[in-house]
Amino acid sequence: METKNKFEIHNLDLYYGSNKVLKDINLDIASHQVTALIGPSGCGKSSLLRTLNRMNDLIPSARVEGSVLLDGEDIYDSETDVVGLRNRVGMVFQSPNPFPKSIFENVAYGPRRHGERDRKVLKEIVVRSLKEAALWNEVKDSLHKSAFQLSGGQQQRLCIARALAVQPEVLLMDEPCSALDPISTSRVEDLIHELKKDYTIIIVTHNMQQAARVSQYTAFLLTGSLIEFDETDKIFTKPSKEETEGYITGRFG
Amino acid sequence: MKMPIQEKLAKWFIWGSALLTVSILALIVGYVMVQGLGQLSISFFLENPRKMGSEGGIFSPLVGTIYFTLLTMLLAIPVGVGAAVYLSEFTREGPLVRVIRFFSDALAGIPSIVIGLFGFAFFVVLLEPITGGWSIISGSLTAFCMILPIIIRVTEEALQAIPNSYREGSLALGVSKWDTVMNVVLPSALPGIFTASLLGIGRVIGETAALLLTLGGSLLIPKSIFSPARTLSMHLYLVAMETGEFGVAFGTAAVLILLILLINLGGYYLVQRLTRRMVGD
Repeated sequence: METKNKFEIHNLDLYYGSNKVLKDINLDIASHQVTALIGPSGCGKSSLLRTLNRMNDLIPSARVEGSVLLDGEDIYDSETDVVGLRNRVGMVFQSPNPFPKSIFENVAYGPRRHGERDRKVLKEIVVRSLKEAALWNEVKDSLHKSAFQLSGGQQQRLCIARALAVQPEVLLMDEPCSALDPISTSRVEDLIHELKKDYTIIIVTHNMQQAARVSQYTAFLLTGSLIEFDETDKIFTKPSKEETEGYITGRFG
Repeated sequence: MKMPIQEKLAKWFIWGSALLTVSILALIVGYVMVQGLGQLSISFFLENPRKMGSEGGIFSPLVGTIYFTLLTMLLAIPVGVGAAVYLSEFTREGPLVRVIRFFSDALAGIPSIVIGLFGFAFFVVLLEPITGGWSIISGSLTAFCMILPIIIRVTEEALQAIPNSYREGSLALGVSKWDTVMNVVLPSALPGIFTASLLGIGRVIGETAALLLTLGGSLLIPKSIFSPARTLSMHLYLVAMETGEFGVAFGTAAVLILLILLINLGGYYLVQRLTRRMVGD
């Protein structure tokens, strides 16, 4: 593996109160690749994802031990600017969550809040982001309509555009297709292929075919522990752990 | 298929209750309107009351009502919304928040005449050099104490109804907590905050007891917020009780009802427009 690591996770434990949800996770995430996190419900894959942009900070009882390095710097250092971190590490959520604003304002929201005032520049960002998210052709004539008028799949791509508009380096996707129909899902998957050229992507998914289709690396988690991490092809053809094989062949999960 | 007897009874009961509610409302409003509308004329609106209000119009109480309501809302909305935002967005549920909420709810339950008595002792008597004694500012500060808990409560409910996914979506873009509240949470809660304000206005316009003790009841047009004044509700009470001129009182009541109707319809229209402008077409 000659690729550069974007994230390096060392001995990471995560607690919700006294409940240990992640146990001694060690994982390197390759830059400009798609890494999938798979595992049965409650295995901690979403929690792991949320440690990477410190969204777990929003849960009062959450506590982290160990370190997570982003380009070699510990994001859990007391000096870390969490707002700046989330600017670099964007996130797309399980169900589409556009703001109650127009399509344009949804995408322009991030850049605006980061201080961009020039309407021309904002317009350029909106167009570029919508094109990147493969939504432009469908919405170019209705930029000022409510985001809620879009279909679920379109809303999710709008949320991707919104995340891309602040030019993150990493995109975290938390089961981005779980609320979408198969056609929308395949569009988002195509999109992930395109996006990995410019972004490092980490995707949590329930759907093993999806992990196999979109990712280069796959991590399998079980009850808070990282069981196996390898190239996706290897995980799905020759897993080295019995638990992994049991999960991907559908014996449990 | 035949409807079971219980379901039939329940249906009749529900229909009966609804009908009763609507008829009582219609009866009251209808009676007041029938009695009062005949009193209304342009001079009724534009003339000041004469002879304790038994003659003349309602110009000065109308002006007093507008001054007093505006000032009260100007004080109560920022403080109430601010407190609600603090309580529901910037604190974690803890003992302090529970204590604040308990006192805020307790304040809402205190009879208005008791708050009026406090307002009289504190704003009118003790702070007389500042408030000018019986005055619009004394009345507004007293009414402020009365409606603050309502505005806090309703605004908090509006804020809590905003899906958490909006907050997460904004924070995940690297937007600060403050900016998230100001640009996503508050605008989304605006219709609810508007409702809170309308409830507050309704309570303030209808209030009489506390104002008899603090606003003074002057029949003159108030010169500033430090002048005494009377509101339409006070005028209605004073005219009916002190002069026995029920015609003028019903006229005043009709104007009061129309005013409240106007404010509510206007508020509703504004909320609709605001929502549409925010969300897009």
